[in-house]
Amino acid sequence: MSPHIILRVVSKLLIPMIVIFGFYVQFHGDFGPGGGFQAGVIIAVAVILYALIFGIDEAKKAVPPKLVQWGSAAGVLLYAAVGLATLVMPFAGEAVNFLDYDALHPDQSHHAGQHYGILLVELGVLITVTSVMLAIFYAFAGRVPDIPDEEW
Amino acid sequence: MLETILERFNYIPIIILMMTGLYVVIATGNLIKRLVGLSLFQTSVFLLYITIGKVFGGQPPILESAHHGEDDGYGSAGGYGAEAATGYAGAGEAEHAEEAAHNGYEAAASHGEGYGDSAHHAAEVLYSNPLPHVLILTAIVVGVATLAVGLALVVRIREAYGTIEDDALNAADYSRETGSSE
Amino acid sequence: MSGADLTQFLDYTLIAMLLAVGFAIVRLRNLFAVVMLTGVYSLLSAAWFVSLDAVDVAFTEAAVGAGISTVLMLGAMLLTAREAEAPGRGRHLAAMLVVTVAGMALFFAIPDMPVYGAADSPANSYVGASYLERTPNEIEIPNVVTAVLASYRGYDTFGEVVVIFTAALGVILLLGFNTGGARRREDEE
Repeated sequence: MSPHIILRVVSKLLIPMIVIFGFYVQFHGDFGPGGGFQAGVIIAVAVILYALIFGIDEAKKAVPPKLVQWGSAAGVLLYAAVGLATLVMPFAGEAVNFLDYDALHPDQSHHAGQHYGILLVELGVLITVTSVMLAIFYAFAGRVPDIPDEEW
Repeated sequence: MLETILERFNYIPIIILMMTGLYVVIATGNLIKRLVGLSLFQTSVFLLYITIGKVFGGQPPILESAHHGEDDGYGSAGGYGAEAATGYAGAGEAEHAEEAAHNGYEAAASHGEGYGDSAHHAAEVLYSNPLPHVLILTAIVVGVATLAVGLALVVRIREAYGTIEDDALNAADYSRETGSSE
Repeated sequence: MSGADLTQFLDYTLIAMLLAVGFAIVRLRNLFAVVMLTGVYSLLSAAWFVSLDAVDVAFTEAAVGAGISTVLMLGAMLLTAREAEAPGRGRHLAAMLVVTVAGMALFFAIPDMPVYGAADSPANSYVGASYLERTPNEIEIPNVVTAVLASYRGYDTFGEVVVIFTAALGVILLLGFNTGGARRREDEE
């Protein structure tokens, strides 16, 4: 029987909600406070909470360090890819600037291109921030000697 | 002179907090506490920027209506009320129908007024300056990333020297260079 | 009017608490207490950010300052030391001198700063106001902060993302991921 049964049960209930809240913050960022930076940190906190309660090895099984390494690069690349896509997609017959999202969608009356562009770059920010925070946490936590149970 | 200062009272605590952080950075030898002082200083700079962007009576810079759709809002509100009224009437409850229609009309009217008000309001509503918010928002995340690099360096220094007090670090470096053990 | 007065008292309370926490951080030598107080300081400044209309910033500060950086500092503290040594007398005096001079210089600069809460100060007049005017027509999303962050200043934000990516790279290079269990046992000896 684990000594931290209440912590384990409560955090098992809380962690999915934290992740869902993170995604809400991400995708509601156009309409209320929020965005990729905040959502990325919140989702990273969910994994960090998991690691604090169940141990760093369990967390590394759930979110492998390899994934974190790839993720921190993938977010930056997604952001850059959106910028490059706007460069190659001509808008109204002429080429537009790096990260000028109007080129992404022809519907100008509702600025759909801007909405798609913001969604995509915020997704890139989310992936990078989550992965970077987790990478930093793994790097520090990988060195911590396990805390003995008496110190709780 | 006093009035000039009182109009700008927000800067006084921020300067004191900045100097608190600076004092910790200079006076403390412990590297972790130094980084804490640095983040105190950093947070005070964030506060400085955000207080400059504050507008009295302003709102957070989240627009009340995304685009000029106030007229649409008015129209659809009226439509809702009318629909509700006919719906009630169509339900065949004769005694309630008139009342319901009246309620629906009133609702539509008050709703419409509300929209009209907000449209009128939106034209002159004050928002705080969004620009410092954007700058500081990214600065906070970059701040924690650089703090992590600093902490990683401190951890490596601890592993190499066995201490993180900078007097002891200086002594260790000195004895290594001169070959004397102090 | 009474509402405005109430929020002002809230501001004064938060400022007083920030100052108290700041001085406590200077005085304390137990690093655990110092790190936890830093989290408290972040949370208090997040509360003040809300009262200053910067909801996005408050959100970030509460999540990052009070959450992640406290965890990181605790992790680093566990690996290094639990107590800080008290500063020596000479160092204390030197620091006081620097802080007093710099603080006085900043105080003298206060009359040149924009009036607190003024809508027509130079800082609030040009660029910020123009973003507020242009966002409904050009981007059509309600949150101006997101619009400026991701669209108008998307290039800046790209730079920030690259910076935090580089920071992660630096931390991994300095500390490593320690995928095996070998190094941990090495450290414990």
